Amino acid sequence: MTTTTSSKVRESRGKSATRHGIAPYLFAAPALFLYVAFIIIPIVYTMWLSLHAYRIEGGGSILGNRVLTWVGLENFASVLTSSSYLTGLKHLAIYGIIAVPSMLGLALLFALLLDTPGVRARPFSRAAIFIPYAVPGIVAALLWGFMYLPSTSPISYVTEALGLGPVPFLDDPGIYGALANIAVWGGVGFNMIIIYTSLRSIPNDILESARLDGATEIQLALRIKIPLVIPALVLTGFFALIGTLQLYNEPATLTTMTNVVGQTWAPLMTIYRDAFLTDNLPLAAAASLTLALATVAASAIVLQIANLRRRRQR
Amino acid sequence: MTSTVTRSTDMVVAHKRREARRPAATLILIAGAIYSLVPVAWVMIAASKSPGELFSTFSFMPGTGLSGNLSDLFAYNSGQYWKWIGNSALYSGLGAALSTLVSAMAGYSLAKYSFPARGVIFYGFLVGILIPGITLAVPQYLLMSKIGLAGGPLSVLLPVIISPFGVYLSYVFARAAVPAETMEAARIDGASEWRIFRSVALPLMLPGMVTVFLLTFVGIWNNFLLPYIMLSDQSYYPLTVGLYTLLSKGSGSPQLYSLAITGAALAIIPLIALVMILQRYWRLDLVSGGLKG
Repeated sequence: MTTTTSSKVRESRGKSATRHGIAPYLFAAPALFLYVAFIIIPIVYTMWLSLHAYRIEGGGSILGNRVLTWVGLENFASVLTSSSYLTGLKHLAIYGIIAVPSMLGLALLFALLLDTPGVRARPFSRAAIFIPYAVPGIVAALLWGFMYLPSTSPISYVTEALGLGPVPFLDDPGIYGALANIAVWGGVGFNMIIIYTSLRSIPNDILESARLDGATEIQLALRIKIPLVIPALVLTGFFALIGTLQLYNEPATLTTMTNVVGQTWAPLMTIYRDAFLTDNLPLAAAASLTLALATVAASAIVLQIANLRRRRQR
Repeated sequence: MTSTVTRSTDMVVAHKRREARRPAATLILIAGAIYSLVPVAWVMIAASKSPGELFSTFSFMPGTGLSGNLSDLFAYNSGQYWKWIGNSALYSGLGAALSTLVSAMAGYSLAKYSFPARGVIFYGFLVGILIPGITLAVPQYLLMSKIGLAGGPLSVLLPVIISPFGVYLSYVFARAAVPAETMEAARIDGASEWRIFRSVALPLMLPGMVTVFLLTFVGIWNNFLLPYIMLSDQSYYPLTVGLYTLLSKGSGSPQLYSLAITGAALAIIPLIALVMILQRYWRLDLVSGGLKG
């Protein structure tokens, strides 16, 4: 924007603030109303609930009424010492260490290949790699579950024919890779497109002049392209991290196929169990808040690291 | 837009000039494509197998049971599968349309007006992006049951209409696409603020809104936990929850496994088609440019 237009904007904004006083509020009103109703109020209610617990009052343990009583931070203490939540977090950590770097690495690799002149079959590959985005997580887990299950797996079919026995995708260490693979499969295409659109916005004359100076495509990618798409990488890393902490669909689907994934494999699965199967809503509320806080903290750390890097580059 | 066009013609020129082919790079990319397509191919083939063939023949060997599986699927609980498809289409279509409109209005308001509460509202929505929607599902269920909506279709439709990320994307797009001069000119012509939004801003924001609509549509279609928590009556289930119940019942019987596989194969065809057709209307630079601005 030029200076003349921005001063004009400021002028008209000053006027509109008085003349069109309620218009901006009316435009924002539906979103605000829904935001308060379905995000703010649930959060406040969860906070209130998390500080209470059911206590039986009068009439013994069978006839007594269940009454919500103030218990302070007791539920949070139970969450942080509960073995199912802690092992759930451990599972997520191992899963995340595999899933997030593989997802970002592959998405970046494919995006760079799509952006490299001379590579064949680009439109086809771009569409093919994007297709899993349209497959719901539940269905993706179902598909891969059958690809893992020894009796239907094409991979185990081959290894068994070679006399090596089935591949233990659904056993203890294998399960982490198996779950991470489902997430990578579902997410790599979307992240690839995000990074690719960011690559496309790099001015061509920068790349052309580097090419004229004799830079190879690999040097171009490492020295020019990757540093310039760091904001897109941060964004995709951020989505991958949130996705990791919210992991539910894939392990929940695999519980029907293997005993290694139990009812409390991921924290969100334990929250579901506490809320709906064992009917301990206050504990589930405290766990939800802890998970949400962990997500906000993790995102803040990612953004902070990204900012530090950017500042150092300047 | 224009830069994309010049870039691709430049690339054609560069390609012709050098004639460089990169077989290794091409192979890696095609390996990625095959990796992405294999499970989809598997489910399409598995859908053609009768329950007996499913566990006995090689995975990628087509079977003979396709028509049997389809008629079993459509007959399941007297045609419940179609109901699930219809519910998914309703929740995703209506939910995404309303969500896009609500986001567009809020994003436009935040981008194009300055008013006292603007900063508070804007940062409120930004924080909302960080809160994982799914951790809200349990408290949302509690509130829905308090007001008596839990279990009904409204309980899965209403919470998905508000999308802080959609508001943010609409804000980014409105800020870039709607010139203040055009709005001012319309004001001088005596147009009301609502009319300026509807006739001037909305058409300019359309490409961004298509993107927001698609992201929301796919998000709702693929959503599992919210409807799983909210709904208990099978006739309100969307596809994801319906297929999950088929699968979890199927642990004992290959018959239900076949139904789940056939149902999954059929369910992903329309969504893949939709995403492929609409891919060229996507403005995902909106998402990737988001953090830079």
